[in-house]
Amino acid sequence: MATVTETRSVQELQAVCKQIRRHIVTMIAAAKSGHPGGSLSAVELIVSLYFGGRMRHDPKNPRWKDRDRFVLGKGHAAPVLYAVLAEAGYTPVGELNTLRKLGSIYQGHPDRRFIPALEASTGSLGEGLSLACGMALAARLDGSPARAYTMLGDGEIQEGQVWEAAMFAAFHKIDNVVCIVDYNRIQLDGFVKDIMDIEPLTDKWRAFGWHVIELDGHDLNAVNAAYDEAAATKGKPSVLIAHTVKGKGVSFMENNPKFHGMAPTAEELQKALAELA
Amino acid sequence: MATGTKFELKMGAATREAFGRTLVELGRANKDVVVCDADLSKSTMTTYFAQEFPERFFSCGIAEANMVAVGAGLASSGKIAFVSSFSAFLLNKGFEQLRVTAAYPEVNLKAVGTHSGISIGEDGPSQMSIEDLALACSLPGFAVLSPCDEVSMRAVIHTVAAHVGPVFVRAARAKSPIVYGADARFPIGGSHELIAGKDVTLIGHGLLVAEAIRAAGSLEAEGISARVIDMYSIKPLDRDAVARAARETGAIVVAEEHLADGGLGVRVAQTAAETTPCIMEFVGVNNVYAESGTPDELLDKYGLRAVNIAAAAKKALARKSAR
Ligand SMILES: Cc1ncc(C[n+]2csc(CCOP(=O)(O)OP(=O)(O)O)c2C)c(N)n1
Ligand SMILES: [Mg+2]
Repeated sequence: MATVTETRSVQELQAVCKQIRRHIVTMIAAAKSGHPGGSLSAVELIVSLYFGGRMRHDPKNPRWKDRDRFVLGKGHAAPVLYAVLAEAGYTPVGELNTLRKLGSIYQGHPDRRFIPALEASTGSLGEGLSLACGMALAARLDGSPARAYTMLGDGEIQEGQVWEAAMFAAFHKIDNVVCIVDYNRIQLDGFVKDIMDIEPLTDKWRAFGWHVIELDGHDLNAVNAAYDEAAATKGKPSVLIAHTVKGKGVSFMENNPKFHGMAPTAEELQKALAELA
Repeated sequence: MATGTKFELKMGAATREAFGRTLVELGRANKDVVVCDADLSKSTMTTYFAQEFPERFFSCGIAEANMVAVGAGLASSGKIAFVSSFSAFLLNKGFEQLRVTAAYPEVNLKAVGTHSGISIGEDGPSQMSIEDLALACSLPGFAVLSPCDEVSMRAVIHTVAAHVGPVFVRAARAKSPIVYGADARFPIGGSHELIAGKDVTLIGHGLLVAEAIRAAGSLEAEGISARVIDMYSIKPLDRDAVARAARETGAIVVAEEHLADGGLGVRVAQTAAETTPCIMEFVGVNNVYAESGTPDELLDKYGLRAVNIAAAAKKALARKSAR
């Protein structure tokens, strides 16, 4: 099995994470709209996949048949995925600041028409896990080692479809699918516990037949280990319940529902970049 | 009724804002009014109702299908139940529930979809609703309304709350120019002739009513007399107004921020075919999903402007005179 992905040390990954965060706040500030909070909370979880050797992929060959797939269920966090795809060499870094502008490949939500390396066009919440299950099943049928990863928001998993997919994945023993729940405790209207509490969350996934791994989603050692544990788990799908901080890395965005869907001003951007120096 | 270009279009509030404010008026007047929202209350503006009547506001989380059926349950138990989300999620995720828990059993549910059309802008196609009217109009018994300004939205929300039967109301994210004076009335099945004209009729709804008014102004400067109708009631349709326009002007342009397939245009065409067939042209989104951009850029690029309506009118007139 060809592993095209380079693997980097945790220290190197931390540096990549910081760079990704700088891209996120800069491009959202340039766009004057977008979703910084849920982009910043997901950085380590996605960087580990693309740069930590946890996902098999090849930026020179985005349509490689045996590549692992990543589906961003929470499509509004597109900036984190764009920054990662650009730094990985799939798309131009220099165009990140065209985010959300007419004609940009960096559309408001992931759009396959503009970036073929995207596995799905998402933005309507709740569809990522079903898509990933389909991709994982296709790999199984084709005898391919490919795995399918999907990241869902903690608000997103309120969609009934997520639980239909959860039941499906366990029933069909899809052990090459990995679901990541970005448990940052905030959704659009406020805190998840006040909008529609999702607890007890690990119990729910276990009851649906999943292997559950609970972790600190900003601890790269823990994130790497969680993906390895998921890959080693056979006969059932795995879910990472990743405890994260919405807005992570920018003090005034952290745990602040206001920055779910609001761009930083020019002044706030300078403050953010200073903190991410 | 205004004639010529005497219309002065002053910018008003977004129709979603008017919807949210009117819900509070309803809530104060009637304790049976209840509201459900799916984690978008700060965007649909049901947050005003939630703040004043927390015990009658039901937060549903990001779960539109459940919300619609819960709303239908509330409605079938005697409540005046409003369910609201972005139009795209309300209609697409909640369609089966609208069909089987509201339309088919004739339940008194009020569904209000905001952020309709492509003028939501930067978020892009996943959040844009360009098929909501086609879906809503396919539901037997549903009344479907698309008001163009804050005045008509307020009146329509009062109208649908008093109406017994399932309803879909379409609202926009962007601010819209004020077309009406405070005393205008908006019965289900009605329409308003905003500008009198005899050569061609421009029919619009929602944000494109203002564009049609502007188009009539530019056509007038070229000596073309265009009638403008706000067809705020998509279903039931004001058949008399359509038949009269067809008979008296012989050419109709329908303009809407919706797929040309399945929107108001095809409903007007069917009515004209059944009453007085005439030349027709259609201004809408043509068999495509849009993209990210500013609302203005997108309305320009996808051809939903006064210039596009005026061009369609001239094409219709050319076809009419070639007859
Ligand atoms: C089906 C659907 N309903 C509503 C929305 C609008 N929306 C966009 S983001 C969001 C909140 C998401 O919260 P969460 O899943 O917790 O994401 P995160 O905190 O990671 O940003 C909502 C309601 C949507 N995009 N799709
Ligand atoms: Mg969240």
